[in-house]
Amino acid sequence: MDSITLIAIASIVTAGLTIALGSIGPALGEGRAVATALSSLAQQPDSATTITRTLFVGLAMIESIAIYCFVVSMILIFANPFWNHIIAQAAGK
Amino acid sequence: MRLSPDEMIFWQYGLFKLNGTIVFTWALMVVLAVGSKLITRKLSTGLERSRWQSLLEIVVTGIEKQIEDVGLRHPERYIGFLGTLFLFVALASLCTIIPGYEPPTGSLSTTAALALCVLVAVPFFGIKEQGLGGYLKSYVEPTVIMLPFNIISELSRTLALAVRLFGNMMSGTMILAILLTITPFIFPIAMSVLGLLTGMVQAYIFSILAAVYIASATRVRKPTPEPDVKR
Repeated sequence: MDSITLIAIASIVTAGLTIALGSIGPALGEGRAVATALSSLAQQPDSATTITRTLFVGLAMIESIAIYCFVVSMILIFANPFWNHIIAQAAGK
Repeated sequence: MRLSPDEMIFWQYGLFKLNGTIVFTWALMVVLAVGSKLITRKLSTGLERSRWQSLLEIVVTGIEKQIEDVGLRHPERYIGFLGTLFLFVALASLCTIIPGYEPPTGSLSTTAALALCVLVAVPFFGIKEQGLGGYLKSYVEPTVIMLPFNIISELSRTLALAVRLFGNMMSGTMILAILLTITPFIFPIAMSVLGLLTGMVQAYIFSILAAVYIASATRVRKPTPEPDVKR
């Protein structure tokens, strides 16, 4: 297996695995966050605005982890430096 | 597959490229600045107010209340910076309705620039509030050992701000582009509505996080008695 094929296979497989595994954790975390927020809203409906705002901020922080994994996966597919290098080498030959 | 509006080149002269990010940012700046200038030309404090003035008042008092809720006691000092952040990011994502428009926040350059503005603003407001010595002392707050960790957390917060906004905006436009090649009509519309929602939420998140960082930098260490501001 020459290096071009190897780089392509590694990039594609890693991109898929990154986003697949990377979205499990944030999804579970966000589910717990929303569940706790709902139960505290049921207990204290008067502080709904504070709870909602804190919930959104917390969700954004948790979501960032999934976004990081997504960005890595996009880089591997669309802006892969190893792939560009090997293609430039193959084109130059 | 276009990854960002950086790749839409409108005009080129040697090294100087006028790409989509710059043009759309300028367009947003013109809309915000000229629109506000036109609306605030004749402000009235009586009972007769124009529609546009009421709109601006809603926006400004809403942002002021949010800033105050976060814990910053004089929102008028910070609303220039924080309000601009919110309005720019919100308008950038709202205008995706217009065909041919790509949000400039879908480019890492724009979001990195905004995050760097926050990185500079936090020490600026902190030093203005507490003086240079007081602000620098906050870095060694619990113990001196925490100094590298505090610095690292500052830098990683900035990086997280930039990447979070970039990732959300870019993924919205990319999913739309991919879906348009697959299914014709209904599904891309639903996804663009979702993109609008996440855009507004991300604008809110960006400015609230900036406000929280500024609040933690300007938090008074020794309580100074201050009379309650009556509205």
